[in-house]
Amino acid sequence: MTAETRWAVETHALTKRFGDFTAVDNVDLQVHKGEIFGFLGANGAGKTTTIRILCGLLRATSGQASVSGVNIMRHPEKVKPLLGYMSQKFSLYDDLRVIDNMIFFGGVYGLKWKPLKQRIDHVSGEIGLHHLLNRQVRGLPTGWKQRIALACAILHDPAIVFLDEPTGGVDPVSRRQFWDLIYGVADTGKTVFVTTHYMDEAEYCHRVAIMYQGRIVSCDTPHTIKAQSGDPTLEDAFIRLVSDRIRQEV
Amino acid sequence: MAQKPVDILAVGLQKQYGDIRALQGIDLSVTHGERFGLIGPDGAGKTTLIRVLCGLIRQDKGTFQVAGLDGMRSIRTIKSILGYMPQKFSLYPDLTVGENLRFFADLFHVIGAQRQSREERLLHFSRLGPFWKRRAGALSGGMKQKLALSCALIHTPAILILDEPTTGVDPVSRREFWEILRELSDRDGTTILVSTPYMDEATRCHRVGFMNEGRLLATDTPDNLIHGYPYRVIQVHGENLFPFRKALETIPGVRSVCALGEYLRVSTEKTDAVVHAIGDRLTHAGATGFRIRTVAPLLEDMFVNLLESGRVS
Ligand SMILES: Nc1ncnc2c1ncn2[C@@H]1O[C@H](COP(=O)(O)OP(=O)(O)OP(=O)(O)O)[C@@H](O)[C@H]1O
Ligand SMILES: [Mg+2]
Repeated sequence: MTAETRWAVETHALTKRFGDFTAVDNVDLQVHKGEIFGFLGANGAGKTTTIRILCGLLRATSGQASVSGVNIMRHPEKVKPLLGYMSQKFSLYDDLRVIDNMIFFGGVYGLKWKPLKQRIDHVSGEIGLHHLLNRQVRGLPTGWKQRIALACAILHDPAIVFLDEPTGGVDPVSRRQFWDLIYGVADTGKTVFVTTHYMDEAEYCHRVAIMYQGRIVSCDTPHTIKAQSGDPTLEDAFIRLVSDRIRQEV
Repeated sequence: MAQKPVDILAVGLQKQYGDIRALQGIDLSVTHGERFGLIGPDGAGKTTLIRVLCGLIRQDKGTFQVAGLDGMRSIRTIKSILGYMPQKFSLYPDLTVGENLRFFADLFHVIGAQRQSREERLLHFSRLGPFWKRRAGALSGGMKQKLALSCALIHTPAILILDEPTTGVDPVSRREFWEILRELSDRDGTTILVSTPYMDEATRCHRVGFMNEGRLLATDTPDNLIHGYPYRVIQVHGENLFPFRKALETIPGVRSVCALGEYLRVSTEKTDAVVHAIGDRLTHAGATGFRIRTVAPLLEDMFVNLLESGRVS
């Protein structure tokens, strides 16, 4: 079960239905350890649903999936300590200080006081939060809240973090700074699985998957995807790929 | 050429929350049929300004007019003229997509053929047609946002104020949405004030205002703003350049370096010496197979520059 694997995420025919609607449709994914993997797609494509399955928050209807070599269908509880998750609507406690939020999330992951304090110190250094630890979360700019949420997601030193639209609604400068942090996290050996609708930042990923209506329509390096469609930017390539699918339907 | 009427006018608007000075004297005018984009870092005061103009909060000092009506005396009339889409728009999660849309159509007395053509246009943009009967609460994040936008656009107000409308919206729908905004202002003469974190969206506005710390620091057409960019932008193209960006930051004359996929974008003083230094430094650091060329600045470069020069002073 803990067999060494080179995949941080591996799925086979992963499927999720809500009633008679198929939100995730036979998805095969393989994400390398240490990779920054961009998970792109049209609205409603099934990105958040897939991530929630991989994080053990939602049961798949059928198919197989493992995260860090652990089969999540069989051992959902064993997977949780191995991963960090920052949700699309990341939730911090607004009326608490930054440090209290970190203590809370560390506690959720079962960190004991002493190692927790060390981790808070370490992660605050990594993310550049030391000067904010005693500030109340409410009133902080969105860009800072996003960084705090990232810090909370990696406190327990997971092997992989899932970031669902971490930079939604953030100004260009904060986004660049956030991606510097993502690279920092990847440099420490963690796998980063990230969704975004900003195609300029998707270009920073080692590989990206583009999802449409529950299926993966393309999965490769940004360079190859652009080269295959002959587009100068990933945004152009994305729009072409998705628009082609839309046209095929009508 | 006849002068177009001013639809939104602000003079010296100030607003303070405790010791945070959210607006420190905003002067703004948006003319009839104009698309005006508000950009600026998080916490710059964009939402506060929008809320004042929509009559949701009251300014401490200064005055404003909407459609020629005084913001203090006629705020109720103003509210009935304005279409406003807040950053967090609440839908009815237990109503279906169709029921939500119909609810807002009824609310604004949009009926008959007009309702039908609006609905069609909006469904084309949102692609929510197949999900007409799904509860809004069971939609994905971006689908909810698109439904909210559709509810806000089901009627055609003369003046439209939108606060970061496209957060979470995918690139295809985002493009469609801006096409709708373009039609509304260019064809129907709707006046649009819109805040956005997307620089490509700002570029689609007639004029852009850059806000920081409660002040409007620059207001102009996107072209003029970009034209005023005081540095040269050099683009380095090659594989795996990301680790080398720090090596470039210390070159004299380099203002900033940012990674963009396979590119490094370097802002420099306008001298050729810097260009040579970049090539030398990269080679020295072990980079191979890269290409260097000068490119046109983008609005994003100007954004970074305005922000940094604001921080220095
Ligand atoms: N509980 C549910 N019941 C019914 N349908 C659901 C439910 N949860 C999600 N869905 C549907 O599953 C599909 C995929 O949703 P998901 O949130 O995974 O999309 P997404 O790719 O994350 O989109 P976005 O880019 O907008 O965040 C959507 O059509 C959504 O309406
Ligand atoms: Mg999602």
